[in-house]
Amino acid sequence: MSTAAVLLETRELGARRGNVELFSGLSFAVTEGELLTVRGPNGSGKTTLLRMLCGLGEPSAGSILWRGEAVAAFDTALRQGVIYFGHATAVKDELTAIENLEFGLALAGLPADNAVVEEALRQVGLYARRQVPARRLSQGQRRRLGLARLLLAHQPLWLLDEPGAALDRQGLALLAQTVAEHLLRGGAALVSTHQDLGIPAARARELLFQ
Amino acid sequence: MTEREFFGPGEAISWALRRDLRLALRSRGELGVALLFFLIVVSLFPLSVNPDPKLLRTIAPGIAWVSALLATLLALGRLFNNDYADGTLEQMLLSPLPLPGIVGGKVLAHWISTGLPLVLVSPLVAVQFGLGGGELGVLMVSLLLGTPILSMLGAIGAALTLGLRAAPVLLALLVLPLYVPVLIFGAGAVEAHASGLGAGGHLSLLAAGTLLAGLATPWATCTALRIAYE
Repeated sequence: MSTAAVLLETRELGARRGNVELFSGLSFAVTEGELLTVRGPNGSGKTTLLRMLCGLGEPSAGSILWRGEAVAAFDTALRQGVIYFGHATAVKDELTAIENLEFGLALAGLPADNAVVEEALRQVGLYARRQVPARRLSQGQRRRLGLARLLLAHQPLWLLDEPGAALDRQGLALLAQTVAEHLLRGGAALVSTHQDLGIPAARARELLFQ
Repeated sequence: MTEREFFGPGEAISWALRRDLRLALRSRGELGVALLFFLIVVSLFPLSVNPDPKLLRTIAPGIAWVSALLATLLALGRLFNNDYADGTLEQMLLSPLPLPGIVGGKVLAHWISTGLPLVLVSPLVAVQFGLGGGELGVLMVSLLLGTPILSMLGAIGAALTLGLRAAPVLLALLVLPLYVPVLIFGAGAVEAHASGLGAGGHLSLLAAGTLLAGLATPWATCTALRIAYE
């Protein structure tokens, strides 16, 4: 294995919620093609870590480096290189599945070509319901809409917070396949999960929170 | 794995404008509420005060402006709350598109769907209060130039109160004092016209205020939004 480039690195990272310290002294690096799974009980700071890494919050201590350079919250370099897939699905009830995906892709700075969008919806099994307002989609189908966005994302680092929530077995398989392909392309992923997602990865590590 | 380097503000404005206008079109009912509110508040005055035509004509601009201000306030909650609740707002903050552009587009869409309709129904105010054609014209122009300021200043307040339990009340307390200058020049324009002084000075000031707010408020709103997340 040749030395893969480091995408994201943390140095002595710390976070607190109110007066409670969630974690401290956290140092790790994510390289291209690597899968880092974050595990730990509820409330241990997994989501806080992921949100911090994508720039949605300032660490209480330590620093975050993107491709070797220190970045602050909402840094432009982070916003261009990272995609964050959180608990909230960012799906608009009033818009159809296809409109949701188009606007979502454009917001993530990705080309939203009609044919590509339809193909992604077909892959996640929402093609038949593409013209239905998202209000009438189930929770799992909403997550699949998010998955369609991931299918088309070419940001090098993916931060996925409980990506398997509300997905059925077929959806989970699709998720695992999507992330695996991303890793093969040289992307990296940080996944917080309680489930075993079964993502095939050449290099996988775990980050355990107490 | 290439990252596109640059996204212009135009792209961000057009994204937000197209999306929010489409959303507004799909939830017309909610928008109608603010418009109906405006018309009802305006109609309460001729019923509650002395129906002397001269008095009504004198107070009409002030009432139209105060009602427009309250209707804008009522509609402000929609600006960021829904996007905050469903997670779209955090995706906006993380987007490579420039945030001031997104915010600018959102506020513009908000004004088109809530402020502009107020301008368009203001002739009904003229009918109720017996305003002349010239006065109505000045009132409409003053609303056209002034209501964007209400939306833009309101956006800062809406961003600052995001996610707070007492948000609607706090928003009113925060924003209404800032609306006072707009109210003075807006309502003053019609009075100046009626008294023969000419409304030019007032309207120019409103136009200048709109330009100034357009340049400054998107950045202030962005800062407030980021504070809401940190």
